[in-house]
Amino acid sequence: MNRMKKFIINLALIGFAGRLLAQEEIKIIKPADFLGMTPPTPIAITGFTGEVDAALKFDLTVMGFTNVTPEAAQYLLSGGGGGGEVHGQLSFGGTGKRTTLFNKSYRGADMRAQAHRLSDDVVLKITGVNGIAETRIAFKGGKGRASEIYVADYDGHNPSTVTHDSTDVAAPCWVPGHFALYYTSYKLGNPDIFFQDLGSGQRHNFAHYPGLNTSAAVSPDGKKVAMILSKSGSPDLYVCDADGKNLKQLTKTPEDESSPCWSPDGQWICYCSRINERRALYKISVNGGSSVHIPTTGVSNPSEPDWSPDGKWIVFTSQMRDFEICVVPAQGQGVPATPLVSGEDPCWAPNSRTVIFVRRNGGNRVLSLLDVPTKQTKDASRVSGSDSQPSWAR
Amino acid sequence: MTLPKNNNAMKLTKIFNLMMLGASLTILAGGCRKSTLNTTHIKNPADSVGGGTGLNDQDPLKGKGGTGGEGANGITPLSGKVDDWPVDPSDPLHAETIHFDYDKSAIRSSEQSHLDNVASYLKSHAGVGLRVEGNCDERGTEEYNRSLGERRAAAAREYLIRAGCDATLITTRSYGLDHPVDTGKSEAAHAKNRRDDFVVLLPPGAK
Repeated sequence: MNRMKKFIINLALIGFAGRLLAQEEIKIIKPADFLGMTPPTPIAITGFTGEVDAALKFDLTVMGFTNVTPEAAQYLLSGGGGGGEVHGQLSFGGTGKRTTLFNKSYRGADMRAQAHRLSDDVVLKITGVNGIAETRIAFKGGKGRASEIYVADYDGHNPSTVTHDSTDVAAPCWVPGHFALYYTSYKLGNPDIFFQDLGSGQRHNFAHYPGLNTSAAVSPDGKKVAMILSKSGSPDLYVCDADGKNLKQLTKTPEDESSPCWSPDGQWICYCSRINERRALYKISVNGGSSVHIPTTGVSNPSEPDWSPDGKWIVFTSQMRDFEICVVPAQGQGVPATPLVSGEDPCWAPNSRTVIFVRRNGGNRVLSLLDVPTKQTKDASRVSGSDSQPSWAR
Repeated sequence: MTLPKNNNAMKLTKIFNLMMLGASLTILAGGCRKSTLNTTHIKNPADSVGGGTGLNDQDPLKGKGGTGGEGANGITPLSGKVDDWPVDPSDPLHAETIHFDYDKSAIRSSEQSHLDNVASYLKSHAGVGLRVEGNCDERGTEEYNRSLGERRAAAAREYLIRAGCDATLITTRSYGLDHPVDTGKSEAAHAKNRRDDFVVLLPPGAK
């Protein structure tokens, strides 16, 4: 009954926030979820060992669960692994009156991959949303002239090097739904944008204009690429087709635009620019026109926006005394931004709840995962001495 | 997304699962109340990302290029003319590096004499090219700084054009925060890193 009460309170909060889809209950996001104050769901993970145990606990932490004793748990995940197979049983309810939700075993690949699949099965069964434990990321590894592009599992395991150029690289971006990347490389001296098919290894120079070519961002349908070019004499936002044709200049400011990202409907590009010499976020129609300011009330110096795949939120870096990961509703309407954790360069997972970001650690950088509703974080496994600029395959 | 964990939520979850049944055949077998053991076969995740020795680079490099783009008022587009010119190894403008205020790309009045020296050099060495390399300190995010470094290089270029230098012979490059001259954490170190370096380029065939 207590939970029912909470649910009613949450509904009231939704009414207070207004303009959310009140009639379609299943789509409602409780505002409290995004204040980073939602308690994690208690689950007891028992019987697993070693890498399987570690992977399950990691996966479920960054998707909103906390591992507790069976007495304190709402859900029980029991099982084990042996002979190359993981098995797991998920049940719901307190000790003595549990209901089994599923009972599965996994075969093939390796036990780590099997554990990830089990995590995703747990998350889908309990929340109705696809998990992210089997997704991948791309990122920049290393610093300065000794950096390369990498891809890895979302938790930093199973890394592979994409480039072997021993030069400055930056800003990898997955092509949605394809095993391919765009990234910036100084291989030819000038910062150019390359396209690389990760299956065949073939690549080509996608944007090689005079000056800066960087920050490629592929539209959700894969048909267009937004990027920052400075061939006009100042960094501006451009968009073109996926084959590089039909280049269109969207901004013509003397300021320094940076970090474009797309709305999930492909109609808007959000980016960072300046207003009266101060950093600010804007969005502009993919067809051009006027830029619309996106307020980030309560925090200053926003950069590096990323629009959630469900369209509801923009996560970005605010720079006040330190870097902070912050979130605002995409349809702002003056709702203040919510600072979450220290860090920079956030990127949403396909589930629109987990974010990968960068934490500075002395002179180096570490990729870290944040479950936005609960504010739980876990560092990804380190690949190079300094890992940054993550892009989530989605 | 996150649903309240009560009986209503369980019903909603079930509806959601049914909707996803087509996409994830292995997931729902048995429904919520029954215990069955089923086996999911997992394919090897893509073993190769195509990097390594397989990198096929034979014709990639001179990609789409070209010049132009519409500059804002008072800003001259880049020509691309000198981009492939070799660097003058004697680095004659090494001492003319200029520095910037935190998070700014405006030329400080204290730096103008360096820019005047650069302009004089270009005028007295007709035909040489110049690459202005913009850099930032580490207080700023990576791609933000890559654009800020480019804007700093562009500010020096605009100054030189106004001073009468040939716009087509001056190009820009940003290294963002990636090429610090001092990796310290002090303001003094940061101040050294917020800079434009001036790299002289020689026309092809010049000695």
